[in-house]
Amino acid sequence: MAEYCIETPVTDEFIEKLRVGDYLYITGNLYTGRDSAHKKLIELIKKGKGLPFDLKGQFIYYVGSTPPRPGKPIGSAGPTTSYRMDLYASKLYSLGIKGTIGKGCRSKEVKESLKKYKAVYLAAIGGVGALISKSIEKAEIIAYPELGPEAIYRLKVKDFPSIVINDIYGGDLYEEGKRQYKNIFTKGLM
Amino acid sequence: MKTISLGKVRDTIKDIVQKANFDLQDDVLALIKKMQAKEESPTGKEVLRQILENAKIAREEKIPLCQDTGLAVFFVELGEDVKLQKECGLFSLRHAINEGVRAGYAEGYLRNSVVGDPLQRNNTGDNTPAFIHWELVPGDTFKVTFIAKGAGAENMSAVRMFAPADGIESIEDFVVETVDKAGPNACPPVIVGVGLGGNFEYSTLLSKKALLRRPVGSHNRDKFYAQMERRLLERINNLGIGPQGLGGRCTALAVHVETFPCHIASMPAAVNIQCHSHRVIRIVI
Repeated sequence: MAEYCIETPVTDEFIEKLRVGDYLYITGNLYTGRDSAHKKLIELIKKGKGLPFDLKGQFIYYVGSTPPRPGKPIGSAGPTTSYRMDLYASKLYSLGIKGTIGKGCRSKEVKESLKKYKAVYLAAIGGVGALISKSIEKAEIIAYPELGPEAIYRLKVKDFPSIVINDIYGGDLYEEGKRQYKNIFTKGLM
Repeated sequence: MKTISLGKVRDTIKDIVQKANFDLQDDVLALIKKMQAKEESPTGKEVLRQILENAKIAREEKIPLCQDTGLAVFFVELGEDVKLQKECGLFSLRHAINEGVRAGYAEGYLRNSVVGDPLQRNNTGDNTPAFIHWELVPGDTFKVTFIAKGAGAENMSAVRMFAPADGIESIEDFVVETVDKAGPNACPPVIVGVGLGGNFEYSTLLSKKALLRRPVGSHNRDKFYAQMERRLLERINNLGIGPQGLGGRCTALAVHVETFPCHIASMPAAVNIQCHSHRVIRIVI
């Protein structure tokens, strides 16, 4: 398992290096989006309209943070469950998104899209939003303020911690990790 | 006869919704520490370490433990001899609780996670309505239990109507399968609330009540069900899912089973899953 400190946007060549279980510390911009924002983005794409940000080489973070206290950039900001965005993910990967960050399993279709469009699915640790907020330096709404916590934000992050769950080679860390330990616990296999 | 003012109820609710979201309670912390020592996976151990570090930051800086500060769910035990005094423009107990939620979520910079309609989905903007379960009890007691219930684990919960002939093995398989299917989505290590008996709606309510047992990880007083809890916890912690689903021992922190009488032809079973960020506070007013 390798560790990478990277800056967004990223290239295909970088994505090719990544394998499941690798740790990524991301610096630069992340774009947030959850259920409602994704629905709106896909509608814009269908209508052939411009998008609120350039997707090329960028990462989308599935998060709806708590409001910041005065003087703070953001509140608690951990990942939400990713499968709810499965329906929209492939389209965004096809248009240049290089990674999505959330928690939990992705559909078969999403995993196929990762291979096809050279992209990765990353997890941040769920339920540690106070800790994760320490790696976020700035948060600004760039679209859909009316959605409240579901608006699209541009987050400026420094060494944002994540781990590769699905790579472009068909690997799946959830399946591999579970299999490894299940074998140890039930069959005594190492 | 005891008199309780609705203003006091509102102020108390305002405080506990914040406290629950900032202070992971001691019984939960102790259980996580215990599991951290037992965890065989280095990644799993690291995840548990981060959960404890997160709890420290949340408590010291009043940053919510999790960005999903939840639906505000209450179990209210109201004594029949309690007189409620209307004041401060508060016209009912429900009103006072909702006002407490509204004020607490705003003051604590907690997230508004409620939409006013399931299909049209506009945010209500103040995390109301609260989800309140009432129980009328004898005497002049007034107890409130609050749980901030996030959607990640709630969405992985399940109910099934078994036939009495299906027996305990089928039910235990169902509980284990539900946790297995939830996998990393429910933010393991999870707490598993099991409601057995009652009827369709009552079994689900029991499964949520089961989550509220303190201290977390203590067992049902009935030895038969205490053994069932131990068996279930062992099977779940052999699944290999581990903290955050990255592989390891600690998939669940605890299994709590609660039961109720049921129809001669029924055997309802419900499983309510709770994430490791188990935010529960009980108070007596």
